[in-house]
Amino acid sequence: MSAVVSAPASTLALTRDPAALRARSKAMRKHVLRMAEIVGQGYVGQGLGISDVLATVYFSELRTRPAEPTWPDRDRFVLSIGHYAIGLYAALAEAGIIPVDELSTYGADGSRLEMSAPETTPGVEMTGGSLGHGLTQSVGMALGLRLQGKDARVFNLLSDGECQEGSTWEAALAGAHHKLDHLIAIIDCNNQQADGAPSKVMGIEPLHEKWAAFGWHTQRVSGHDFPALLAAFAAARATPGKPHAIVVDTLMGKGVKAFEEREKNHFIRVAADEWAIANRQLEESA
Amino acid sequence: MSTTAPTKPRGVTGTILASDAAGATKTENAPFGHALVRAAEKDARIVGMTADLGKYTDIHIFAEKFPARFFQMGMAEQSLIGAACGLARTGLVPFATTYCVFATRRAYDFIAIGAALGRANVKIVAGLPGLTTGYGGTHQGIEDLALMRSIPGLTVIDPCDATETAQATAAIAQHDGPVYMRLLRGIVPVTLEPDYKFEIGKARLLRDGADVAFISTGLMTTRTLEAARTLAASGVKAAVLHVSTLKPFDRTAVATLLARVPRIVTAENHFITGGLASAVADLAVDEGLRIQLKRVGIPDCFCESGSLPYLAERYGLTAAHLASAAQEILR
Repeated sequence: MSAVVSAPASTLALTRDPAALRARSKAMRKHVLRMAEIVGQGYVGQGLGISDVLATVYFSELRTRPAEPTWPDRDRFVLSIGHYAIGLYAALAEAGIIPVDELSTYGADGSRLEMSAPETTPGVEMTGGSLGHGLTQSVGMALGLRLQGKDARVFNLLSDGECQEGSTWEAALAGAHHKLDHLIAIIDCNNQQADGAPSKVMGIEPLHEKWAAFGWHTQRVSGHDFPALLAAFAAARATPGKPHAIVVDTLMGKGVKAFEEREKNHFIRVAADEWAIANRQLEESA
Repeated sequence: MSTTAPTKPRGVTGTILASDAAGATKTENAPFGHALVRAAEKDARIVGMTADLGKYTDIHIFAEKFPARFFQMGMAEQSLIGAACGLARTGLVPFATTYCVFATRRAYDFIAIGAALGRANVKIVAGLPGLTTGYGGTHQGIEDLALMRSIPGLTVIDPCDATETAQATAAIAQHDGPVYMRLLRGIVPVTLEPDYKFEIGKARLLRDGADVAFISTGLMTTRTLEAARTLAASGVKAAVLHVSTLKPFDRTAVATLLARVPRIVTAENHFITGGLASAVADLAVDEGLRIQLKRVGIPDCFCESGSLPYLAERYGLTAAHLASAAQEILR
């Protein structure tokens, strides 16, 4: 059943229908593969891995006006992890905030779709990439929106590796101290960072307990289970007084079997003849 | 271990916040805090924040007046600056306070990327510049201007006295863009003339003279003015150009002075490298101007603890040192 939640003339229509979100996510993954194929390499594992989460945020939660990306009352989506830009651009194109045709310029000299998302691109709220910034700025945005009487929410996507940055925890303290219950941190656990698995590089678990101990309303769900994601965001909406941490476990390269099975897929190089296989595997995926 | 006892009574400092106002004939209390309140009464966009140093940066005056518009961020400078950038992105004008050392050493990436690259309209107001605290190397901001000057797009200001601190506070509140301003807090001397007018990016010729020229910033301008008066008594005519905005640097005013009076003494409450002296030397090279330059400032070392007069004497920042530097360059 398709349940349209809100659709004023110029705001993006939202849905809580898992099938509709799944279709959006698949379209986004196709955008990701097309962008990656042009460049021949990149953060395609992250882009594919986060598509289901981004589809849920953009098409079931986020209040935006595609034709007016700087609408003052919009919900903010803050991407800490700038290298996930490939996934964000796919969402922005699918939402109509940037033209789909422009995706073919991803990573090209002179393109505004840089490998790490710059805030000069419509729909990008903050220049991420220097990790540990996103939650600090999200706290400030949430304070500012509340002070100005706006009911907009702030969503921050950060990564498991980013939980090694001290500033993330400074911001976690601030979010709880200031009772920012309109702030939602989504922590993507794909179990990969530049030098390997976080458990080998610098252990961060147990994440649920850590965020809860910092005073956050914390949940942990599969980042590929649409009903579970929808339920987590619903629980966040229904829980006042605390900021919300939603830890999502995701699979790098999700939807393309060859990429899912790679051992090291933080930054993927793909041979020219592998793209046809990747595209076919994505087409055949659920 | 030395067993030699001090031969004469020493100045002491047991506090982080020593006052530089001793001997000043006129002072003002908390010029930044009061100026911020005045600006905020007219501009609802202004909000205040600190990292556990409200009382020590005079922003507590704003917090008492506008409690809902004040955000305590705790002892967490990265969070302070990051949240300031976030507040600015919602259309507000955050003033974030801490000490120079903590803002610039601990939160550098957040100023460089969040504020400057992100063009966030944040105002970082940082206390204990240079040798205005007797607390030693952990608290003396001796290289902050060098760090901040090297960030593209950041405005950097080092006010001289209470008058300029108040005027600069009002000016940066209206300026659209990230600013780093050094803070003179507590009881602050008034040394500039009542008709002084601060303008971002403008140097002011406070005194003219053809023999030698002082180019100074921050509280050192109080001392260059005193040195110029001393020199006048012995017949030496010294100009004083006050450069309170280090960035953008008033190249026109400085180059004009260098061309006219090529014997220059720079004075800054900061390392002699990376701050005002370096900016003057860069400009002279760029413009092909032949000058003689003596740099008065903090040498390449972390400084001791001690009373402010002791430190100024120990590291050569007094008016007498400045007058001597001018005499040397004239020899």
